[in-house]
Amino acid sequence: MSKVKAAIYWCSSCGGCDESIVDLGERILAIREAVDFVFWPCAMDPKYSDVEAMADGEITVSLINGAIRTSEQEEIAKLLRRKSQLVVAFGSCACFGGIPALANLKSKEGIFDRSYLNSPTNVNPEGIVPLEHSKTAEGYPMELPRFYETVYKLDDVIEVDYYLPGCSPNGDMVANAMGAILAGKLPPKGSFLLPDIALCKSCDRNATKPDSLTITEFKRLIHVQADPEQCFLNQGILCMGPATRDGCGYPCVKGNMPCTGCMGPVGSKDQGARMLSALGGILEGESEEQISKVLDGLPDPAGTFYRYSMSSSLMGSKRKENNP
Amino acid sequence: MSNLIQGNKISIDPITRLEGHGKIEIFLNEAGDVDKAYLQLPDLRGFEKFVEGRPAEEMPQITSRICGVCPGAHHMAATKALDAMFGVEPTITARLIREVYYNLHYFEDHILHFYFLGGPDFIVGPTASKQERNILGVIDKVGVEIGKQVIDIRLRARKLIDEIAGRAIHPVLGLPGGVSKQMKTETRDTLRAFVKDAVAFAQFTLKVFDDIVWKNPTYRELMLGDVYRCESYYMGMVDKNGHPDYYDGNIRVVDQTGKEFVTFAPKDYAKIIAEHVEPWTYVKFPYLRDIGWKGFVDGLGSGMYRVAPAARFNVSSSMSTPLAQEQRLIYEKAFGGKIVHSVLANHWARLIEVLNNAERLAELVEHEALCAPEIRNMNLCTPTEGVGIVEAPRGTLIHHYTSDANGIITSANMIVASLANVAAMSMNIQSAAKAFIHKGQVNDGLLNMVEMAFRTYDPCLSCATHNLPGKMPLQVNLNQIGKPDRSLLRSSDGSITETRKEATHG
Amino acid sequence: MAEFEPNIVAFVCNWCSYGGADSAGGQKLAYPANVHLVRVMCSGRIDPEHVVAAFREGADGVMVMGCHPGNCHYRNGNHKALRRFRLFERVLIQLGIAKDRFELEWVAAGEGKKFQEVTTAMTERVRNLGPLSITGNVAEEALHV
Repeated sequence: MSKVKAAIYWCSSCGGCDESIVDLGERILAIREAVDFVFWPCAMDPKYSDVEAMADGEITVSLINGAIRTSEQEEIAKLLRRKSQLVVAFGSCACFGGIPALANLKSKEGIFDRSYLNSPTNVNPEGIVPLEHSKTAEGYPMELPRFYETVYKLDDVIEVDYYLPGCSPNGDMVANAMGAILAGKLPPKGSFLLPDIALCKSCDRNATKPDSLTITEFKRLIHVQADPEQCFLNQGILCMGPATRDGCGYPCVKGNMPCTGCMGPVGSKDQGARMLSALGGILEGESEEQISKVLDGLPDPAGTFYRYSMSSSLMGSKRKENNP
Repeated sequence: MSNLIQGNKISIDPITRLEGHGKIEIFLNEAGDVDKAYLQLPDLRGFEKFVEGRPAEEMPQITSRICGVCPGAHHMAATKALDAMFGVEPTITARLIREVYYNLHYFEDHILHFYFLGGPDFIVGPTASKQERNILGVIDKVGVEIGKQVIDIRLRARKLIDEIAGRAIHPVLGLPGGVSKQMKTETRDTLRAFVKDAVAFAQFTLKVFDDIVWKNPTYRELMLGDVYRCESYYMGMVDKNGHPDYYDGNIRVVDQTGKEFVTFAPKDYAKIIAEHVEPWTYVKFPYLRDIGWKGFVDGLGSGMYRVAPAARFNVSSSMSTPLAQEQRLIYEKAFGGKIVHSVLANHWARLIEVLNNAERLAELVEHEALCAPEIRNMNLCTPTEGVGIVEAPRGTLIHHYTSDANGIITSANMIVASLANVAAMSMNIQSAAKAFIHKGQVNDGLLNMVEMAFRTYDPCLSCATHNLPGKMPLQVNLNQIGKPDRSLLRSSDGSITETRKEATHG
Repeated sequence: MAEFEPNIVAFVCNWCSYGGADSAGGQKLAYPANVHLVRVMCSGRIDPEHVVAAFREGADGVMVMGCHPGNCHYRNGNHKALRRFRLFERVLIQLGIAKDRFELEWVAAGEGKKFQEVTTAMTERVRNLGPLSITGNVAEEALHV
């Protein structure tokens, strides 16, 4: 039985998704029986030119993590799309933009200014910034990929067949997804490889929710110590559980910290809208002043609700070919 | 590995078996010898800008996404920056929990690097074939049983991290003045059992290094020779007794002779460190402000400094635990002195740190306050500004935040450990390229020796290619342009057969 | 050159604000043709996702209109709308989308004149803002503000 060829690539990524494959532990052995990793820059030596030399569709599945921030990442995503039968958006950056997509609340100019010009440690009187084409001090020509104005998610630049969210997906999630791919037991194309259920369904603090949950004041963790057993929302601590997909085993809640939404939206593409909807039903406050006071306890709603999913928010990128 | 020779340029793109994106450009002169080589980092995400507007207490979790291999380092630096910003000291118990977590993280991260990533080049041999330069080759050398132990001890450490900090990749733990969760007594018991095995495993790994690496004259020559050598300033965090401390302390810088250049407190980092920008790479180059940026050169007159295990040894007098100190004395003797300029020495120093981590965990686990409920100091001041510094596995890591009175971040400046080594990496890559590439002749092994100059600095991702020969068959397919496809099959009896197919592409 | 005609979507509740639109019609109080009504039973029914969808599908401005507080046909549906959409407005500002592109308003069944006034004012405000351009980055939209 011939082996399946797989590629793993990272776009604008922290490497955590590649690390999550390491955390498969012993299970990687079963996967290795059936899979050849033909391209995996973080762990193996094949280069881009080796991929270019492959036939179209030669790779059975490419697992691509990371958001699309530069032209090189778009280029390699497209290259892998050509050479692959299936592409999986692996991890929340590829699915929704992830943490890097918080940069969409800023501009490229602002990022370059802070990174290269104005900061406590930069010494740059000539105002040098990285350029797509430049020369070294010795006169050698150099190229850099273009840094885009917008952070895109993977399906803004290529067709994606399946989505595996998580920041990063844990060992069980990865093993189950790989198992489904190898067995050919996949849902319709365009699906997520996890059920469309909110985190609250699994969370063991769910049982502590009263019949009628109301929030009269938001409490930030700098001001309070969270009770290790009670539902966070019931304590007035914002938890993204109601608007977040289940399947991660809620390790953050077990660590006595509220869910921050890293598995991305459930039941909808817009995680923020989902959370707004949920909160509307449980916030207290009749008058404009009362409501305003409660809302002041949430100082960064966009950054909180869309922490991992800015590229799929209302403001999120439409397909890149529609943008300059 | 493909060698794209275009005109007078060789590109290694992307560099591999490393964390992060990178490209090496090597420029040849008319004779085909190397004139210059550069290391380019083609990715930027802009954390220093997009954290503006975020609530301060979210920074440990947001900044951990800078790196998925050492998320704990960013998490810890961010947490300490919050302590400073809110003017609060963590409780004794919180500090203990943080240090336990951090030493566990160090332990498993360093082990990963040695056995899975940088180590293979070294353990297997610098010019060994590509198919051996990975964990499989390492296991061939050390054997199946050891291979299992490596995976096992690492997973045990990760499981402990899960119990203490929620999860290993992007932990949830740090809050200003404390941590989020009390440690259970069951967790402490598991930790106690782990620690015994951890110390033994660390000692065993040092023996592996001695047997396989140091006792081999070829490798020793590489470690002691001139190609992989750099005489820069060195930086690392030390405690008040002059021992390396990964979690807390002041930062010490020494010159090439070991003479102290400066010791500074975290809040003064910006007086000591400045950053230089080049137009051909997205990363900046930190350097010592008072000396100045002099380009890609080392020596007394250049502000370049280096970080990470060997640098930490160079700035400190001795280790904080006895077995690690014994090993360090052997290391110093082997390199002929307290100040070690060998770049490859990092591999050895890293393993001594693994032993130090294990011994430190043995101390921490016995502290009576470890499982106490006082995990948060709630006496926070109105926040303004704070700097948090830790030693990441790769070196000194700095997080600096300012915030408004409501605790919303107004600015951030972060100097990530590896950045301090990038200039030196560039230099070492060039020196390796000059040493090994002549008259335009390149091959896979030579280019790998160029990449080795990079790998010794950076622990990073590895692949769990811990297939265990002797028990399971493994097939490795090699696709290289212009060459026939090669297939290596390691059968369950351990024998290897190679088959070649006619080139189907390329 | 054709002048920009904004696309305004107005979600109106059956019992009050739709009645207000009806009143306006009955009294021959013209309101801009730019305004396209979507009738629902209660303003509390409107999910922020509907508003998001309207913006993404081409609306330059969106209105949600319900019964005056205290007069909701379903007791407190409009209170939920108030809480949801006050929070939504804060998110919009952070996303760099001009706050004036969204309005939550209370219009009773007999308030034909008010219906005319608020829809006309909204249309003019959005006309001055120009077309909504969603490109994925807050800075680009901010250029239109």
